[in-house]
Amino acid sequence: MNDGQALDRFLQTDPRDVGCAEAMEMLHVYADLVALGAPAAERYPGIAAHLRACGPCGEDFEALLAAVGDTA
Amino acid sequence: MYHDAVNRTVHQTPLAGLDAESAEWVQTLAGTGLQREEALARLHGLLVRIALADARRRGPRQRITGPELEDLAYQAAADALLAITAKLGQFRGESRFTTWAYKFVIFEVSAKFGRHFWRHPSASLDAEHWERLPDRFGFEPERESEWRDLLTALRRAVNTELTPRQREVFVALVLNGVPLDALVVRLGSNRNAIYKMLFDARRKLRSALDANGYLGHDDTRRS
Repeated sequence: MNDGQALDRFLQTDPRDVGCAEAMEMLHVYADLVALGAPAAERYPGIAAHLRACGPCGEDFEALLAAVGDTA
Repeated sequence: MYHDAVNRTVHQTPLAGLDAESAEWVQTLAGTGLQREEALARLHGLLVRIALADARRRGPRQRITGPELEDLAYQAAADALLAITAKLGQFRGESRFTTWAYKFVIFEVSAKFGRHFWRHPSASLDAEHWERLPDRFGFEPERESEWRDLLTALRRAVNTELTPRQREVFVALVLNGVPLDALVVRLGSNRNAIYKMLFDARRKLRSALDANGYLGHDDTRRS
């Protein structure tokens, strides 16, 4: 059953979303906190909101996290 | 270690307060001679490894494989190394040095994929694929009577509520499936500007649909 949930989710915007520029600027800091098990999303809710909504930044974040784990 | 990293982030520790590994990277890369050359070679090796892994993850979606993919990864690593050495003085110790450095190569790979898209584009900016919308949002054809009005209202809102630029971005990204980084290249823009345009479009469309009794309560209107 789909009553528009996917469309609804896509159209929802989070006012805390900081946008790509700030998320990209802070991505290494955020990734390090996540890799260290720190509460990154609590510390940077605007970046967390952005990474949930922005495909390219979310993909870059996952790639950076994988890189940090892969070369640790 | 955990608390040290957190505290560094908060207090923007000067270079003297770096963890030992980061301090060694910065010291050797800022130096001269054989030690610097060895550090550059070691960093390049790490960047190549990361670029290859990232390119292989992204490659299938854009049908980039084989030598073409490897070329892209090696070029990304080379460009990232140049950027890292040029911006070494900007490293503020908010993260480990390697995490900061790896960010450069990840961004290089995603930007190169955006540019590469237009060599063999699987989507275009000329058409408007409204027929893809049901599939894009998981609406089942056999239940068309349940979602037809909603998508008609969405299309009307796209045509009446969005600015020409917002509409162009919505059509390219949502209807035609152009990757955002590829659209950035085509429009000579940047990721932040295109995302913001789509963000504003999404907010307007949801507000319009909500005002006409579609979807749920619009709790983003205040933003």
